Amino acid sequence: MIYWLLFWTFFKIGAVSFGGGYAMIPLIQEQLEALGWMNAEEFANILAVSEMTPGPLATNTATYVGAKTAGVLGSMAATIGVTFPSLIIITLVARFFIQFKENRMVNSILQTIRPVTIGLISSAVVFISQTSLLKSEIQLPGFFDVLKGNISGIINSIQPNFAGIAIFIIILVAIAKYKLHPIFAIMFSALLGIASYLVFGV
Amino acid sequence: MKKVCLKELFEIFITFFKIGAFTLGGGYAMLPLIENEVVEKKKWATQEEIIDIFAIVQSVPGVVAVNTSIFIGYKRAKLKGGITAVLGVVLPSFLIILAIYQLLFSLSNNIYAIKAFGGVRAGVTALILVTAIKLIKTTIKDVISAVIAIISFVLILFFDNDIFIILAGVTLGIVRHLVSNIKVLRKEQKS
Repeated sequence: MIYWLLFWTFFKIGAVSFGGGYAMIPLIQEQLEALGWMNAEEFANILAVSEMTPGPLATNTATYVGAKTAGVLGSMAATIGVTFPSLIIITLVARFFIQFKENRMVNSILQTIRPVTIGLISSAVVFISQTSLLKSEIQLPGFFDVLKGNISGIINSIQPNFAGIAIFIIILVAIAKYKLHPIFAIMFSALLGIASYLVFGV
Repeated sequence: MKKVCLKELFEIFITFFKIGAFTLGGGYAMLPLIENEVVEKKKWATQEEIIDIFAIVQSVPGVVAVNTSIFIGYKRAKLKGGITAVLGVVLPSFLIILAIYQLLFSLSNNIYAIKAFGGVRAGVTALILVTAIKLIKTTIKDVISAVIAIISFVLILFFDNDIFIILAGVTLGIVRHLVSNIKVLRKEQKS
């Protein structure tokens, strides 16, 4: 049955994908092309569209493939399938976490990974600013190139995106100084993106 | 243990529906929304708990945004809360994709959509930056955590492997725990 096959295929995708986002792209593509549900071009398109619509790539792909192959019920089967492993795994993990939160060892582990996560979140700022404040991604040199002081590659690859930088500064002031709600900040920045195109052509 | 009422589930649903509708540009983009809605407004979790949850959900399988929502929902109202949260966070994108799936691909060629999304990405950069600074202020309290944060930041920039770095952090945490245990034992022996 097509609904069961959709559920099961996306269940597997949800169960083995780590880290969210781009880590699971090859996996999704391989599975869907093998079943003939999606070709390479469609996949490139869904990647582009997923970035422009809310929601994670994996769930968006599930909804799209389900709708295309078996209508509304199909997209429900696929979307439930891709989130189901999370429901099982996180329920177990959350129960364990709440139970052992007071445990001393769990506590010292958490105290250590909190700053690690802070490092992760800060690095996300750098990664996202490459596509928002610059025209193209920086060519990061190897770790050892930096140690040797060989960084001319980075400097040459920096191309500022002035519209992006202006919007970034406006939104930064609006949220830091005037406490603009994140939802309004996102709507406002979409409008600014269109406005800068209409007014300045960039 | 208080009973979970329908009103509470409804609140969970609405909160995650809002978060799902405005999480554009990757899993980290939901952090500012969670910080605002879940921590500041609803007070369902502290900033430190959100950081813990974020670290945990990245080290297990599944989509980060989905995992985070289920975790917070579960924390609030057990399994019912988890199911409600995941329905809320997925529903906006589900409805959008379903409504426009036949026209979906023309969206990626539409100049206004491209420019609007370019703006959103710049705005999200500012939002994540402000959230990161807030979280740094509450979490980094001593020199050791500052050093760990800086080292992880640099490592991720170059090696871009989140799970590996979180696991390294877990190992370091276990080592710190064992070392402090040994210190306590030695003190007891001396006295």
